[in-house]
This record gives sequence, structure tokens and C-alpha cells, in this order.
Amino acid sequence: MALPNYASPLERIWHYTYLVICALIFLFLIAPILVVIPLSFNAEPYFTFTPKMLALDPEGYSLRWYDKLLTFGMIDPDAPRDLAWWADVWENSKWVNAAKNSFIIGIFATILATGFGTLAALGLSRPEMPFRRAIMAILISPMIVPIIITATGLFFFYSKIQISHWGIPYLGIILAHATLGIPFVIITVTATLVGFDHSLNRAAANLGADPRTTFFRVTMPLILPGVISGALFAFVTSFDEVVVVLFVGALDEQTIPRQMWNGIREQISPAILAVATILVIVSIALLTTVELLRRRSERLRGVSPR
Amino acid sequence: MTKELPADPHVAVVATAGGVEDGPLTMADGTSLKSAMARAQFRARLRAFLLVLPLLAFVVITFIMPIGELLKRSVYSPNFHDNMPNLVAWFAKHPPGTEPDESAYAALVADLRLLKKTKKAGLVGTRVNYELPGSRSLFTKGARKAKKLEPPYREALLKLDPKWGDPALWQVMRAAASPYTMNFYLAALDLKRDPSGKIVPVEENRRIYKMLFARTLALSLLITFLTLILAYPIAHLLATLPLSKSNLLMILVLLPFWTSLLVRTTSWMVLLQSQGVINDALVALGIIGDDGRIQMMYNKTGTVIAMTHILLPFMVLPLYSVMRTINPSYVRAARNLGATSWTAFRRIYFPQTVPGIGAGALLVFILAVGYYITPALVGGSDGTLISNLIAFHIQKSLNWSLAAALAALLLTGILILYWLYDKLVGIDNLKLG
Repeated sequence: MALPNYASPLERIWHYTYLVICALIFLFLIAPILVVIPLSFNAEPYFTFTPKMLALDPEGYSLRWYDKLLTFGMIDPDAPRDLAWWADVWENSKWVNAAKNSFIIGIFATILATGFGTLAALGLSRPEMPFRRAIMAILISPMIVPIIITATGLFFFYSKIQISHWGIPYLGIILAHATLGIPFVIITVTATLVGFDHSLNRAAANLGADPRTTFFRVTMPLILPGVISGALFAFVTSFDEVVVVLFVGALDEQTIPRQMWNGIREQISPAILAVATILVIVSIALLTTVELLRRRSERLRGVSPR
Repeated sequence: MTKELPADPHVAVVATAGGVEDGPLTMADGTSLKSAMARAQFRARLRAFLLVLPLLAFVVITFIMPIGELLKRSVYSPNFHDNMPNLVAWFAKHPPGTEPDESAYAALVADLRLLKKTKKAGLVGTRVNYELPGSRSLFTKGARKAKKLEPPYREALLKLDPKWGDPALWQVMRAAASPYTMNFYLAALDLKRDPSGKIVPVEENRRIYKMLFARTLALSLLITFLTLILAYPIAHLLATLPLSKSNLLMILVLLPFWTSLLVRTTSWMVLLQSQGVINDALVALGIIGDDGRIQMMYNKTGTVIAMTHILLPFMVLPLYSVMRTINPSYVRAARNLGATSWTAFRRIYFPQTVPGIGAGALLVFILAVGYYITPALVGGSDGTLISNLIAFHIQKSLNWSLAAALAALLLTGILILYWLYDKLVGIDNLKLG
């Protein structure tokens, strides 16, 4: 927004003040996320910049907290770092195990949410869908209802149906996380379908394709970017979720957020910041992917960015 | 949906090709066009519905039913009813207001002996304890000693502990004899029944829930207001910059949105600690002394700052999408007609952004009211919200029915706001990034 040339001096001053204010707000948004990155390389067990760090002295920085992530919970962390040591990490390190659990839960929850969610979004975006508004409201509600209420309800419900005795590990958490991810899939996929040209489907049918072929060869490639964005949203939701895990997870069902939660509540150490840094990098990667997908989708559908 | 378009345009074509000129239109095979169309439309609607059905069933099972279970819990507390059969039978036989006689005490002692055998004295005592604090030990002690008690039971029990003769205790036991009760809702609103059964407020020093609801509302309003103040300028900047630049700046809004909630909360803990980055910077700059470090965490300040940061993107995105559609020539026209830049903003620009403000404020408020994680970690004792108390009752005090009642009250408020959001903004307009 360029300043018009009829602006008075007062308006010019205000314009630059306004830009400074905006810069400060952007700083407020981004600084707290970036500040953990240098701090996670702290050589000392403090949460602030030591004088050595400020002087950019290499001695002030170290990878000890990242190392701690690997060794925490190991049987013999001081053994020589050969294959047996790495096997020990893979088997016993608490953070590595938490990461494994998080990925297992996240992947299955994402598959459930994306599969059901995409199918439902296809139905919801048809003009002849009955009770569209009410059903949409129900399907989006897991995002709106406070997580504590959902977790409390699941806590009662799962203890009533005794889901922990069914013998399927993580089942309760996976189902809950899938439910929490569904609204994101619905929102992103229906948004993609809004710009979808239905005459393409009719053209495919006209050329002799059966409904299944039409779906997989015509519809699916076009809405795929939206589906992948939704899946990523669902995965992040599960990967970041802690309250349901705390309420309904068994003791050995540790996930990364739960491990972080315990770490923050009990003895907060810069190892938490090392995890946080890794998660920030993961979220930067995800954001980039989603943004690229969005542009690809717009290009595919011939919608020029507004 | 009442769109009366034929689902299949071919139907109409077939009908006209049938060559019927007078009377009701029919299909080639003689059925009337109207019913054929109704059938086709029904099939189309069914097809759409069947696509949604699996997900709907899934959400009903994994979400709606648990919420139902929670609502049931809030009025259902069967521990006393299930474990005190004799006394429950006595209450059923004698109408409210009956003075407990020897037969009542005999039933009570029989039940206490039963409790000793089933080892459920703690559960029953806890249930009574919810409404009459200090009576849990009465039941555990009573169950322990019940074997030695001899008739007349009334005297024997009163000798054991005179509290057994307390009319309030008998009134609570009568209420607890029914597995269904509204008393947890009363407790959640700082109310109770006095001995005569009237609903009265609890003692001044025991009122906590109303205060917490009020604090939750006040803090949520404050946070909504702060996010609005912070989001408005940057949303305006993003909406007026050329797209290539605003897309870059948008990353600064979307990155926090994509970053783990726990990570953002941890960052604020790092920044706000009394030995943290902000305090260190202030000391280094000489603004405060080393002994005057500001306490910004484990209190309301911490909750407000961290939650404002976390919810800010939810305000920026709706504001941005509304501001993007505002035609800049209106403001230019106003300036052309002699308005100062302030008047042009106040009279022309601002009114057009009101829908975005409404959408963002409602969304942020809904999310803030139910927030749990951030207040639990940075809130300390005076920065906690109603959600934290629900978690406390589930995990620590184990008063699950009270937790359920509190959750149900919170849920009611949220659903009203959600309905309002759907009415004013429409859920379809919810966008992510």
C-alpha cells in the first residue's frame, strides 16, 4: 500500500508509525517460535542466553540436549557408539519410543480421518445432499467443542465399553484422534470441491467411463491436493494432541506431546527445547508442503490466485 | 435443501420425446413424469447421503456417544444406590421427612457390614462426602466397626460417632439413595439444598465455580479484544499489499498456526520466566533491577500473553479474507469528497470489516473459553480456567460427576456460541490458511 502523493505530513508520520506497529506485531507472532532454536543449542542447563552465547563463542553452544534426547531412558548410554548402541537407542530411548508411538497413532488416525472425510466431503458438496447444514455442523463440532470436554466424555465412554480390554493397542487414542482430524479434512476437501467443474465428471461418463473410473481418473487427481492438505492437517492435529492421550492413554502409550507435557510439568530441561526445535522444523516443512499443494491445486483448477 | 432442479436432465428430454401433448406428462414407459422425477431425485439424495453416512456413523460413535455418556454422568452417580441396598429400601418405604427410627439405623448397620465385606465403604463415603464434606471417614470407620455393633443400633451408632444422628447427613443419604441427581449441577453453580430441601447458595468461602466461570469469561473477552487489536493492523496490511509480498508475510501468520501448541507454550515459558529471556533483557538494559524481576508467569498475565499469541492467527485469517474483498475505491472516493483519512476509515472502511471482526471474535472467544493446555502450564493458580478445574476433578479429586456437570455447563455455552457462529458466519466459510 503506497502512500498517496496527496498525503499530509501528519499522514506520512502515521503511515510509518503504522508500518512499525505492524512489524512489532509480526515480531510478536514469530519471535517466540524462533527463540527456542538457538536456546536448544545451549551448553548450560539454562533457558536464557548465556554471556558466551551472546558473544557467539562456540563453547557456549553444544548438541548435548539433542544427545540427551537419544540417550534418555537407554540401558547403557555410555557404551561406545556402535551398532549395539544404536539398537539400544531404538529399543529403549524414551523420546525415540514416544516418536514411534506418535507416528503409529498419527498415521492410522490420518488414514481413518482422510478416508471417511474425503468420502463425506464428496457427498456434502453435492447440491442434492439432504440436511446438509445440520450434518456439517455435527461433523465440524469436534473442532469447536473444547478438547477437555471431548477427553472427559471419551474417558467415561471408553471405561464403560472397556476398550482397553479389546486387545488392540492405541485403539482408543487412534479413534479419538481420527475424530479430531475429521473437521480439517472436511473443510479442506470441500473447499477444493467448491471450484470443481462437475461437467468434467459428465464428460467422463459420456465418454464411457463407469463411476469408479470417473472417480479415480478424473475427480481424484483434481481434488488430490486438497485431500493431501487435509491429511496433513489431520496428522498434525494427532501429532500435537496431548489431552486425550493423558485422559485415555495407557501408561505405556507415551507420545511426543505427552512426554513433553511431563517434561514441562516436572523438570523442564533444555532437552524440551531440542524437541521443540525439531517440531518447529517439521512444521516449517509441512507449511511449505501445504502452500505448494494449494498453488498446484489452483493451477490445476485454473483458478488464478486472488 | 429445496432445490427443485431435476437431478437428471435426460428425464425431461425423454418425457418430451414421448410425444404426449395433453394430460399429465409421462415417461416412455407410461409412468408419470412427476413420480419418475421424484424417484430420480430420491436416488440422488440417497447417493449423496450414503457417501456421508460412514463418517456420520463414525463421529456419532467416537464423539456424540462419549458426549452423551458425559451428560449422563453429570446426573448419574450410582455408588451409594448400588452398595447400600437396605437403607435404599428403607428410604423407598418411608416418605421424605420421616424421622430415622431404629429400623433405619438397623438398615444402616446392615449396609455398613455389607460395605466391610465388599470393601466399597470408601466409594460410598466419597459419594456422601461430595455433598457433606468430612463424612467419608464416617463411613470407613463405621464399616470397620460395624461388626461389633449391637442393638439398639441407634444408640450404638451415636456412641460410635454422634454425627450419625445429624439430620443433614440423613438428608444427603436420602438424596444419594437415588442414582439420579441434579445436585452436581447445583454444586457446579455454587448452590446446595438446605435441610428443608430449598436451594440456597453455599457459604461464602466455598464459592469457587461461579468465580471461575466469571474469570473464564472475563479472560476470554480480554484475549479476544487483544487479538482483535493486534490482528486488525496486520490483516489490513496483508490485504492491501500486493499478493507477492503479502504471501511472504502470510507465512509469519501461518507458521505459528502450524507449530505445535506445546512448543508455543514452552517458548512462552522460556521467555516469561523470572530467569527468562525477557527479564534478563530488561535487567541487562537497566530498566529493572536484578531483584525487581517481573513475575509474568504462573499468573493471569502469563495466560493472557500466551493465549493471545496462540489465538492470534484465528483472528487474522477471517479478518484478512474479509478485508481482501473490500474495494479500495470507496475509501478513495471518501477522501475525494473531503473526508480526512480518519473519517474515511471510521465511516467507510471500518463498517465494511465488521463481518470479519464478528467471525474472528466469535471463533477466538469460542476457542478461548475452553482452553486447557496453556493455562495449565503457565496459568499458576490464579490464571487457570474452568477447563483446568474439570481436569482437576477427573484426575485428582475424582469427583467425576461434578466434572461432568461442569463440562456440561461449559458445553452448553459453547454450543450456543457455535449456533450463533453458524447463523452469522456459516460453518462453510471456515477456512484454514
